[in-house]
Amino acid sequence: MELGEGGHLRVALFITCYNDTLFPETGKAVVRVLERLGHTVEFPAGQTCCGQMHYNTGYQALAAPLLPRFVEQFRESEAVVVPSSSCVAMMRDHYPGMARASGDAKLLAEAEALLPRVWEFSEFLTRRLGLADVGAYYPHRVTYHASCHGLRMLGLGDGPMRLLRAVRGIELVELAGLEQCCGFGGTFAVKNAEVSSAMLAEKVTAVLNTKAEVCTACDNSCLMHVEGALHRQRTGVRTLHLAEILASEEADALDRRQGSNVLVDVLGNVLGKEGA
Amino acid sequence: MSLGSALDPKTAPTFPMAARTSLGDMLLRKNVRHATEVIQAKRGRVVAEMPDWEALREAGRALRAHTLAHLDVYLEQFERNCTAAGGVVHWARDAEEARRIVVDLVKATGTREAIKIKSMTTEEIQLNPALEAAGVHAYETDLAELILQLGEEQPSHIVVPALHKNRQQVREIFRREMQLPELGETPQDLADAARRFLRDKFLRVRTGVSGANFLIAETGGVVVVESEGNGRMCLTLPETLITVAGIDKVVPRYRDLEVLLQLLPRSATGERMNPYNSIWTGVHAGDGPQSFHVVLLDNARTEVLADEAARETLHCIRCGACQNACPVYRQTGGHAYGSVYAGPIGAILTPQLERMDHAQSLPYASSLCGACYEVCPVKINIPEVLIHLRNKVVRRETAGMGVLTHPEAWAMELAGAIFRSERRFRAAQRLGRMAGRPLESKDGNGERWVGWLPGMLGGWTRVRDLKAMPKESFREWFARRDTNGKAAGDGRQG
Repeated sequence: MELGEGGHLRVALFITCYNDTLFPETGKAVVRVLERLGHTVEFPAGQTCCGQMHYNTGYQALAAPLLPRFVEQFRESEAVVVPSSSCVAMMRDHYPGMARASGDAKLLAEAEALLPRVWEFSEFLTRRLGLADVGAYYPHRVTYHASCHGLRMLGLGDGPMRLLRAVRGIELVELAGLEQCCGFGGTFAVKNAEVSSAMLAEKVTAVLNTKAEVCTACDNSCLMHVEGALHRQRTGVRTLHLAEILASEEADALDRRQGSNVLVDVLGNVLGKEGA
Repeated sequence: MSLGSALDPKTAPTFPMAARTSLGDMLLRKNVRHATEVIQAKRGRVVAEMPDWEALREAGRALRAHTLAHLDVYLEQFERNCTAAGGVVHWARDAEEARRIVVDLVKATGTREAIKIKSMTTEEIQLNPALEAAGVHAYETDLAELILQLGEEQPSHIVVPALHKNRQQVREIFRREMQLPELGETPQDLADAARRFLRDKFLRVRTGVSGANFLIAETGGVVVVESEGNGRMCLTLPETLITVAGIDKVVPRYRDLEVLLQLLPRSATGERMNPYNSIWTGVHAGDGPQSFHVVLLDNARTEVLADEAARETLHCIRCGACQNACPVYRQTGGHAYGSVYAGPIGAILTPQLERMDHAQSLPYASSLCGACYEVCPVKINIPEVLIHLRNKVVRRETAGMGVLTHPEAWAMELAGAIFRSERRFRAAQRLGRMAGRPLESKDGNGERWVGWLPGMLGGWTRVRDLKAMPKESFREWFARRDTNGKAAGDGRQG
């Protein structure tokens, strides 16, 4: 695979707190894609959280110390990749203001120098590296959910769709009401659980109408929400972060096929014996 | 929800509670979905045909920001010019003072009736009940307001106040209240009935009450835009005209309408231009009302102005585009907001007009999806203002010892302490895995899921499952991989 524009990079991964804890497979997939492209992935171990939950719920004072922590962990990085559109939106929209409010001129200067090197995962591939085809193979019917923060705050545009279109074997179906929020909204899902559920019901209906096997997005928080209902209703439809689709290769599909072949063999043996 | 009583943030239930009632009303939800989709589609078409829409929005924003930065100057200029043209300007500090001024003015005319143009500002100050109490009957002449008045309902939208009603429901109200048992249900039938019902009021009633879309400082003129022409009747036929307007409605110059009258109709109703654009300036002998009053209403607007981070709330030109675009409003309709200002703009305006004493749940009535900001013709960053107001709510509730009795604040303090230390974060991950185990069960695929959560988190598991925490965090995997060498565990999935 090609490295993309700018040659070999040392990429620092900001996994984000909830991906680290709940969606490690997404992080592994990011590592796999970037290494496949020839880049080196580093993981500054002192990282924790961007502060979005605190900030957006009204606890700005508790979000404040997380900015200097982020800067300290990543200030030397060539590029910071974040597999969560809402966390990147949080940093771009609020870190400069938070740094100014802190009255710490050095922090402000460092934050402003660092932020242009912070990329959401899909935009790192499409905008920083200028790539669409990252060598993935994923023979499934997939629909893409444009998370609000990626769509409106980051302006990801058709970047994620271009990446998906370049995946070999994929059958891509468009989701109706793409611009409509899934109803997650962080603490909104708990504070206004019933309205959030009503919004979610519309999103789940749209996903089911596509007859896709998998709903993907650039943000696991929306996907956790959508998946929660898809699983509760036993729809058989899964959610998967974009990185995990882009990480898939032909060998993975073969592994899976071999798995089912084993099952067919076992069933065949059992049935065969019964028949005899 | 009792629809007959006025929407009053002081007595309204919290948004989650009121929303629950609205969500149970299938007809309301269908009507709101349908109406907002129709208006949104129309708006989308007429906005898309404007090559300079973004430049117009920016001009609108700059115009409103400039005006608010010099509000004192422009208000006094308006007062001078309006007075010179024969109008009388009154200043009202709050709703009560405004009500008193209007009631006294109407009573001074010696009449017991008034005809009204649709006005959210008079809804805000709850003028009609005050007039009624003083023995004055106010007839709403806007079709939607008439429907609400006859049906004893409350407005649910800034521009289309009866948006939650479909025409079968409107027909029922008209049949009952106008005694028209044979009334049909086509829009033509309903408009005809309203026209016949209102015509004699226009010709008989000698006092008119209006709101205003804009006040022009340069000329002292007052602007109302509308679709039906009933407003034009109210502005021209009565002998006395009383206009109630928020102090935020002023614009510096006549030519500024060039920007605002392009932005407003396209954003509000998806029209290129409003069918009726009325501007009246003072009094003219032998033509129109001979007695003209403007009541300038503060009602906490100066306090909004004083809050730098929330000031842009006053940019609002009341187009309702944010309501049509909002996925929350789409589900609940307007009444759940407990205020005449519903939807995203209501969620930031109401708590500020009510000085945060009431309506504290409104800043949280949003998923922060940003659809409102995207369509706002004067670029009010509603999500940012919502976050700012959430901070005000939190600071208020956790002031002093408040934090001790506030479970959410406790949880947030704890999470904050965890995120400030990598060591504590790792420990919390391990602890979370253990604590979650009793709640987990395996599904048909052998995957571990949580189907029930206690306390505040229970809202999640009422309709959603939650995947159990994986046995290994990403950072644990990455550390193991570094130790073992990359070959032992490359980035391949499970």
